[in-house]
Amino acid sequence: MAIVARGFTGRGRSDPALPPGQYLTQDFPVLSAGPTPRIDTSRWQFTLATETGERQSWTWEQFLALPSEDVTVDLHCVTKWSKLGSHWTGVPLEEFLGELDTSAEYASVSSYGGYTTNLPVEDLLGGQAWIAHRYDGEDLTPEHGGPARLLVPHLYLWKSAKWIRGIQLLIEDEPGFWETAGYHNYGDPWREQRYWGD
Amino acid sequence: MARAAVLGRLTWRAVTVTGVRDETATARTLVLDAGDWPGHLPGQHLDLRLTSADGYSTQRSYSIASAGPGPVEITVAAVDGGEVSPYLARDVRPGDQFEVRGPVGGYFVWRREDPAPVLLAAGGSGIVPLMAMIRDRSASDSRVPFRLVYSIRSPAEAIYARELARRVRDDHGLDVTYLYSRSAPEGWRRAPSRIRPGDLVANGWPPELDPLCFVCGPTGFVEATATLLAGAGHPAGRIKTERFGG
Repeated sequence: MAIVARGFTGRGRSDPALPPGQYLTQDFPVLSAGPTPRIDTSRWQFTLATETGERQSWTWEQFLALPSEDVTVDLHCVTKWSKLGSHWTGVPLEEFLGELDTSAEYASVSSYGGYTTNLPVEDLLGGQAWIAHRYDGEDLTPEHGGPARLLVPHLYLWKSAKWIRGIQLLIEDEPGFWETAGYHNYGDPWREQRYWGD
Repeated sequence: MARAAVLGRLTWRAVTVTGVRDETATARTLVLDAGDWPGHLPGQHLDLRLTSADGYSTQRSYSIASAGPGPVEITVAAVDGGEVSPYLARDVRPGDQFEVRGPVGGYFVWRREDPAPVLLAAGGSGIVPLMAMIRDRSASDSRVPFRLVYSIRSPAEAIYARELARRVRDDHGLDVTYLYSRSAPEGWRRAPSRIRPGDLVANGWPPELDPLCFVCGPTGFVEATATLLAGAGHPAGRIKTERFGG
């Protein structure tokens, strides 16, 4: 049985749009473990590498030439805030992965600045993930991961790596920065998978 | 799976408030009896769950202010209109109970065995996890030099002011510098302003000493401070940040 906190009423009811344990915020908090990298788009590059070592890279211009989508998604941060109905523009991951010859089931995502995170390849496909370059009609700012970040809104937001630099496809899973520091390997907010063992 | 260590599941535990301490007009420390709390590293946080009589519940994360064994302390600043912080900072009294789980977070932590000099940069209530580091340094009789740069709007907002003054006197190797952004005490030499490059040059460490820098506070403060440190030549991997809210 939950312990009742004497005199606490709070908002009094849960919003069905919010996963368990989350609360609604209207602003857009910034969370990152170190200083914000500033990456000039003239030297930005995104590299996809397969499990066999095959590599393909896109410059900023080549990246922007790919078909983008406008999407409206809910964001859920493991630190408990959720932001509903946020507007993004990004290139769906199918554009990068679609034609690829791979049997890899796992992806390790890396960022400028050294951050890494991991997720199953199937979570990058099927209209669930984008490399986003615009937020709310504006170019993505460095604090929020610009010039481009991964956007995988069906998982906790730490999976949506800011300042994305590359994706390595892997036969075996490789836990990333937070995943090795006690946070859940998969991170489904609707199953409240915040930490190891959740 | 290539995990460095395997932790047990973090389960919710009932805690009892055994004491409250007002730190400022809006910030209060809650002393918690957390039973068989497994211990924590300074800089870690806990998750807290409040459940109302009709079964509604909500969670928040709070940095742990205390160090070492003994009761767990958190310090909560009431945010007007907030759902949880005004309750914790104003309504809670000794004997009250709620639930916590933790400790959580293994990156923004100071480890006693690390000999590198430490810069702590706090904005407002961002002092809390940094205070846990100062307390842990003291509890372990560490001689590692610590410098705290603490930015607040005015002197009345200084959390832990008396304890910091005592520790500067008694804990050898701890320096504390206050930066006031709106109003400074009478006769203060530095005109009120947000953090500036010179503040970190004068009161921090040069990058050549390879210090470990912990920066905690509101996003604006953390962005500004981390950018100044990186610009001064501190490697990104030596600047650890934790940001509160938006």
